[in-house]
Amino acid sequence: MNHQFLPNNEASRKEMLESIGLSSIEELFGCCIPEQVRFKGELDLPEPLSEMEARRLLTQIANVNRPASSMVSFLGGGVADHYIPAAIDHIVSRSEFYTAYTPYQAEVSQGTLQNIFEFQTLICMLTGMDVANASMYDGASALAEGVLMASATTRLDKIVISQTVNPQYRETVQTYAQATGLEVVEIPHKEGLTDVEAMGEEVDDQTAAIVFQNPNFFGQVEDPFPISELKEKGKKTLLISVVDPISLGVLVPPGDYDCDIALGEGQPLGNPVSFGGPHLGFFAATQKLVRKMPGRLIGQTKDVDGQRGFVMTLQTREQHIRRHRATSNICTNQALNALAAAAYLNLMGKEGLQEVAQHCLQKANYLKEKIAALPGYTVPFEGPSFKEFVVKANRPFTSIQEKMVDRGFLPGIHLQPYYEGMEDWFLVCVTESRTRDELDRFAAGLEGV
Amino acid sequence: MYPEELKYTEDHEWVRVEDGKAYVGVTHYAQEQLGDIVFVELPDLDEEFEMGDTFGVVESVKTVSDLFMPLSGKVVEINEDLEDSPEVVNEDPHGAGWIIAIELSDKSQLDQLMDSETYKKTLE
Repeated sequence: MNHQFLPNNEASRKEMLESIGLSSIEELFGCCIPEQVRFKGELDLPEPLSEMEARRLLTQIANVNRPASSMVSFLGGGVADHYIPAAIDHIVSRSEFYTAYTPYQAEVSQGTLQNIFEFQTLICMLTGMDVANASMYDGASALAEGVLMASATTRLDKIVISQTVNPQYRETVQTYAQATGLEVVEIPHKEGLTDVEAMGEEVDDQTAAIVFQNPNFFGQVEDPFPISELKEKGKKTLLISVVDPISLGVLVPPGDYDCDIALGEGQPLGNPVSFGGPHLGFFAATQKLVRKMPGRLIGQTKDVDGQRGFVMTLQTREQHIRRHRATSNICTNQALNALAAAAYLNLMGKEGLQEVAQHCLQKANYLKEKIAALPGYTVPFEGPSFKEFVVKANRPFTSIQEKMVDRGFLPGIHLQPYYEGMEDWFLVCVTESRTRDELDRFAAGLEGV
Repeated sequence: MYPEELKYTEDHEWVRVEDGKAYVGVTHYAQEQLGDIVFVELPDLDEEFEMGDTFGVVESVKTVSDLFMPLSGKVVEINEDLEDSPEVVNEDPHGAGWIIAIELSDKSQLDQLMDSETYKKTLE
């Protein structure tokens, strides 16, 4: 086959085959791939399409999707439809950032290194922690790494985790735990909040870490102080908090309640929802734990002329250095996503972020009250919530969902697959992007379906 | 190069018994193999370990290596100077570069360690 975009043609293939003493591709495969695993016959494919035809077909297929950008989205659970300022796209699309791969050679990568340094600094300011790394894959992998780090630091194996932590994050932790021999104890929620008393009963001198999320998966605001105090029931127990970065515009930062490792999903900071990724995780800890941190840290230094510069400062835990004794499996970061996150935080500033958080809080609570007043719907959990809240319907959620999607709304996450006894319960997320009109129409829609 | 009053392990650690305590460090050979040491992670006081357990970590510019307990016992002293000056391990591995001191739980384990001559032979 000859094709304008394929560098090999019939003549060059023949030449290559001849040089190894074969006459056809068939013969090449025949000599190396066992008969029983070889595909026989012709592939059942349609005739090739022209570029124009292929584009038309793919556009048709793509148009069947209902992207979040064309819907009014109330989907949350860690990834949410926050507004992304136009400047961010411009910055991340610069080829100096966009095309570089693992750009850690200080001599040629000052821009990237400086940005990662700024990202780390911003995450420290946001969380109130001492040190932050260059980013993780996403919130779930950040938590799994946090748990491994706690275990490696304390040389203990027991992890006590509240079931109000994102169920997918807990699943990721379980996956890692299975292979590393950690004992993960999940504490059932109590009316949508961490059951502090039950959690306290599980914390002992073998406990490496206590894990909770704030605001929790149900959107409820936890009181972090009594949870943090549970550390005293252990010997070396660390506290890991999973936090929504936007919520830190209004909620108490982990650094204020003696948290050891603060981490979470960074998507809300200037990154599109884009079908679930690529996103980024952020990961911060106390200075005392810096040597145990997974991933890499960029530091500020001086060059030979005494000018400010940036270098990769720490990456000791990774498998290419520690090999089989590595305590972490992460050998990269999400530099472009972290760039977007840093650009977002820089554009927003302290006041801007507080404003975004206030909008989320007020709009979500406006809708929560409206839905609570609707016939056929209840809001089962009491107490303050941030940008998400749980709704219980008196009829099948799947049919509500179907009808709402037809009306242009993504109504939220069905909780039934994740929690027992939550058959027609769903999680609604309201960001600053939602308008009052959208909230009113959504509530009216729910009433009518 | 390898003092006769010390005992040695196959993992290139040394032990010096002094005042009923056993001081532990890494050998000249180990520090040479590691290269410039930039960080020594120390255990906590009173931590107890079995012979062969990992009790700490040394990081050099080119690698990271675990420290193994040459004997079972409880940590009664740690060399805090190494937190700020890890290079002492390179400069004086068998002296000022000691890492921890332990209270032995089983003195008979000392017999399992090598003397200076035997250790030197393993390096050849």
